[in-house]
Amino acid sequence: MRPGIVMPIRAGRDGLISTFWVGNLIKFAIPLAMLAACQVLTMLTAGIDMSVGVVATVSAFVCATLSTAWGVPAAVMVALACGLVVGLVNGFGVGIVRVHPLIMTLGTGLIATGCLQVYQRLFINAGSQIPEFLVWLGTGRTAGMPNGLFLFIPFAAFILWLMRFTGFGRLLFALGSNERAAKLSGVRAWQVYLALYALSGLIAAVAGLLYLGMIRQTSLSLAVPLLLPSVAAAVIGGTSIFGGRGSFAGAIVGALILRVLDTMLTLLQMPEGARTALFGLIILAVTALYVRITGTR
Amino acid sequence: MSGVLRNNAWVLGLALLLAALLAVTKIIQPSFGAPGLESVARAALPFAFATAGMAVVVIVGGIDLSVASMMAVCAVTTAVLMERMAGVPAVLVVLVVGLSMGLVNGALIVLTRVPDIVVTLAMLFVWEGTALLILETPGGRTADWLRQSIRGGFLIDILPKALLIIAVCIAIVWVPIRRSKLGLSIYATGSDELAAFRSGVAVGRTRILAYGVCGLFCAMGGLSLAALTGIGEPVPGPYLLASVAAVVLGGVVLGGGKGGLLGPIIAVFILRIIRTILTLLAVDPNVTTIIEGTIMVAVVMLGTAATLRGARTCAWRPPTRRLSAWAASCGTTRWCRFWRSSFCSSPRWRSCGRASSCRSAPGVTG
Repeated sequence: MRPGIVMPIRAGRDGLISTFWVGNLIKFAIPLAMLAACQVLTMLTAGIDMSVGVVATVSAFVCATLSTAWGVPAAVMVALACGLVVGLVNGFGVGIVRVHPLIMTLGTGLIATGCLQVYQRLFINAGSQIPEFLVWLGTGRTAGMPNGLFLFIPFAAFILWLMRFTGFGRLLFALGSNERAAKLSGVRAWQVYLALYALSGLIAAVAGLLYLGMIRQTSLSLAVPLLLPSVAAAVIGGTSIFGGRGSFAGAIVGALILRVLDTMLTLLQMPEGARTALFGLIILAVTALYVRITGTR
Repeated sequence: MSGVLRNNAWVLGLALLLAALLAVTKIIQPSFGAPGLESVARAALPFAFATAGMAVVVIVGGIDLSVASMMAVCAVTTAVLMERMAGVPAVLVVLVVGLSMGLVNGALIVLTRVPDIVVTLAMLFVWEGTALLILETPGGRTADWLRQSIRGGFLIDILPKALLIIAVCIAIVWVPIRRSKLGLSIYATGSDELAAFRSGVAVGRTRILAYGVCGLFCAMGGLSLAALTGIGEPVPGPYLLASVAAVVLGGVVLGGGKGGLLGPIIAVFILRIIRTILTLLAVDPNVTTIIEGTIMVAVVMLGTAATLRGARTCAWRPPTRRLSAWAASCGTTRWCRFWRSSFCSSPRWRSCGRASSCRSAPGVTG
């Protein structure tokens, strides 16, 4: 099924599949896959993180504007701290007050957007600067492959290790499969949720920094369009939105599939509307097929 | 009487909050009167319809992330059609378009068995693309009578037409449904899908119809959007989060089976009036966004905390009084027996005080 999507392009446009093209594809799939990691982790506990797009944007914007004033290391630290704070607020709401994650993260996303707009008003004159190493990471290439992989491969290894081989990962699966059973066996759920959403915010902030280096422009809605595709990537990758089942490897494949689709639809020179609609239909078809094949939800 | 009060405590509280907020507005700006009220009601129009649609879907146990996109489709359809044909048929066509979009959403959810959140997420893209295909850039034109229909007051100044439209349109659609078997099925499916299925409720059909009702409300929302702006705008507005927040604030439990439409509509007005108050206080519009978001989150937090506390004292109550009365009064048909036995034997039912009335009924092993 998965190679089947690549084939039409190969058949339709000879010589299109080159190292450059593949590198480009991977390059733009990386931030999407990182945001999808947030969704996979939260979906394991039957949650979802709808604030990742805004968090990534905030971190990119803060980093770019503070770099001139405070220097790059401080700016990066502040940017990551922003992501952590939003994540902690999410974790507080979900874990301690027990608000539905969808609502909680949508709400914090809204608040963060407002804060970003106010911040932009205050810092409008400071100008912005994209740190050198982020540009290197975002746009540079080594042996045809994007430099972003230097960040992404260790990151992916860390997430896979976290999910598969640590107690924390097992707790996520346990809470998602049966929260009551997990609690009765002595899991302090609120601590897990707090750590989980803080981690998710942090990952989103890192993804935002990488995306900043890739796009080399600051904007108030930089990474927001990545939010829904990140959910789609996680779902296509076989993560159950009801918790207890999922894998990050699948989400990476999902992100790649989405990028191939995107490129394909652009190459076919479809009008914007048809492209968007087809994108949605394909997500639906792939997920329906997955549900049909595995017989799970 | 006290039972009615207890069952509607949340809605009553909301109404009191709304009254208090209106009083605060009046204190802040003594000249706030009919025109101010009219503009609040007008601005609330699309929000109210989006919220009503979302509420129906949440009650049936789902969620519809595509409301804003469906409204965009309906708005551009209105604008395009009204350039070419008479107004009334155009309105009817738009309503049919909205209804069928909702039915498509529901049918896809039921047929593909993909989680509703994923289906409607995908359909969000599809409808957004459709809106762009219908009208690439903002344009078209809406009839004058449609634009005038939501402006000004009805008979007396203090009663805005927009408010009347909200009340009448939602009542025309919702009250007959609520009173019929479909309404009961919607609540039953939302509160426990398996129990509803075993009691003979056509769960799939109920869900599809609920999404259809949501689509119908979205069509009304799209019409009001077109009436507000005078043109068709193919880009979805910020109605998704606002409608979810209003639904939760209005006392509809995410997960389904509880709540009505009155609470969410009052909640919409509360959220709009808060925005008005902040504007009157000359707060920076960006800060307004922060405050609004904080209020939404805080309200949802408080609501959840209150629900959890309530859950500790009585584990579970039937979703509505009518439903329990219906379950108790209906005879010993196979359908009802299954319904009752599956409810009565659940531990949630036993742990609350009504188990005795349940067991005393004939033909039920509880």
